[in-house]
Amino acid sequence: MRRYILQRLWQGVILLILVTTIVFFLGRLTGNPADLMLPEDATEEDRQALIETLGLDAPIHEQFIIFISNAVRGDLGDSHRYRTPVVEIFFSRLPNTLMIVPAAMILAILMAVPLGILSALRRGGLIDKFSGTIAVLGIATPNFWLGMVLIYVFSVQLGWLPSARMGGFEHYVLPTITLGTFLVAGFMRLIRSSMLDILDSEFVKLARIKGMSETTVVWKHCLRNALIPVLTLWGVFMGGLVTGAIVTETVFAWPGIGRLTYEAVIFRDYPLLQAVILMDALLILLINLMVDILYAYIDPRIRLAE
Amino acid sequence: MSDDIVLDVHDLHTHFFLRRGVVKAVDGVSFSLRRGEVLGLVGESGCGKSVTALSLLRLLPKGAARTVQGEIELEGEDILKTSDREMRQIRGRKIAMILQDPQTSLNPVFSIGNQLRETIAKHFPGPGGTVTQRAIEALRNVRLAAPEQRMDQYPHQLSGGMKQRVVGAIAISCEPLVMIADEPTTALDVTIQLQYLNLLKELQEASNMAILFITHDFGVVAKMCDHVAVMYAGRIVERGPVRQVFDNPTHPYTQALIASVPKMGDQRGRLHTIEGQPPEFSDLPVGCRFAPRCAFVEDKCLSTYPTDFSVGNGHTSACWKLEKPE
Repeated sequence: MRRYILQRLWQGVILLILVTTIVFFLGRLTGNPADLMLPEDATEEDRQALIETLGLDAPIHEQFIIFISNAVRGDLGDSHRYRTPVVEIFFSRLPNTLMIVPAAMILAILMAVPLGILSALRRGGLIDKFSGTIAVLGIATPNFWLGMVLIYVFSVQLGWLPSARMGGFEHYVLPTITLGTFLVAGFMRLIRSSMLDILDSEFVKLARIKGMSETTVVWKHCLRNALIPVLTLWGVFMGGLVTGAIVTETVFAWPGIGRLTYEAVIFRDYPLLQAVILMDALLILLINLMVDILYAYIDPRIRLAE
Repeated sequence: MSDDIVLDVHDLHTHFFLRRGVVKAVDGVSFSLRRGEVLGLVGESGCGKSVTALSLLRLLPKGAARTVQGEIELEGEDILKTSDREMRQIRGRKIAMILQDPQTSLNPVFSIGNQLRETIAKHFPGPGGTVTQRAIEALRNVRLAAPEQRMDQYPHQLSGGMKQRVVGAIAISCEPLVMIADEPTTALDVTIQLQYLNLLKELQEASNMAILFITHDFGVVAKMCDHVAVMYAGRIVERGPVRQVFDNPTHPYTQALIASVPKMGDQRGRLHTIEGQPPEFSDLPVGCRFAPRCAFVEDKCLSTYPTDFSVGNGHTSACWKLEKPE
């Protein structure tokens, strides 16, 4: 078990190095931030001066080495735009995202688990057809579009819910639905298909032969096994949630790290972009590590393998 | 004597309702099991043996299959008429079953102890300690070494033979009247098949439970069973005490089956086979179902299904050639 976790950690370190390198070079392909920061009447001298101040005049590989050596010491630089350490900005925004991502996750679990199980138990029935339709729509609908449609219907036309910014409970409803729909759809289908496989298995047959009630058969014998592939998908989806948050937070003017990422790209704020992506990667890694540990908890074949 | 009968199956019909038609997988099967008797149900794959077994537990695939006719009397009570709730009290308690493949019949994510205790707690509710004691006792009864330690282990940590012993322990843990063993040794290594059969025999003798032993292996029947019923295309074609059926098989299908068992020291190189294929269940012949493959076929065989003719003490056979001339 310890070896299993150490191995995962080691893979994570390699991944972080790769992500950092890619983001660093890819970001610089978008153009020079100085062009966006200067007023229209700035002279060529002003431009050069700004580039020097930002440290963008050195050859790119030197910039990279400086960045890496600072990063290793925990210094990811200052934002071009905000002129404050990027790490501080990131952590000031993180709690806002951490409020909608789990909300979307809970929505997904509350809807997908019962619907997935019911669709499998009553295959071809009304619930199965209904949830199948929801799933197709959920996966096919881009969340920026869904977000705007929800705003149009519930904020503009009906006036029931606020369209943007943070606030009380009602502010969470639309962003959560926007972010969670895709998850609900994916989980539901996966739970359904793995439940169908498991309902057909010999150990479920034996559980019934032993005289177990259908409740025990479904919620004990099937669900625990059906959750194994779901957990795998959960780890993958967390990446999708972070990117989904970029779109959703932008649509709803939600001041989280998703919106921060969007701003960093738009203003070519290299240090901020690098930091945000790096921290996102770290976050996804941590979540995946958690998934791996949960995995081991659910499946003894992993826990006890040495 | 008839008081001794624990399970009496009469004229059982189980059909599958598929889009391409009705499949009469079990089509008029009758047999009875006495306390302590081991009845072998023999036949080739797809003849309806396992469907018969699942019908007894009322665990047919939902929606697709249904027992449409017949009675299954367990201690005199027709279980086809009991409620689902009562049926769950019967499963695992009065009728237990061992499945074919030990690799898949235990739940991979729960410990051996959990799966064993679950059965016992269901049928003999009591304090945790008592249930655990009973579970350990069951593991000891199936001769699993270090039963206390096994309780905390998971299926993937045991070998196939050990897993099948655990399945056996689950089956005997609630002291059933009837155990159905559906090809319990087919998936085991040949070297441990015999051990497992000996174990089953010992358990059966110690508890005096009845066993319905489903197999396609005549060698196993000879070793395990008191009586044998030979099944072909959904019906029992010949039945009787094992020795009598073996020494004097009267139905051409039984004769062909016994002839197909390879014998040691037989010098002739080729194995005996039965010509042709079993009939399609959705398109059964009107008369005897074996007629298209039978070497002794007559006109009557093609038009009318034969009745059971007695050929000796408790030995019957459904073949027209046994009809006594009037």
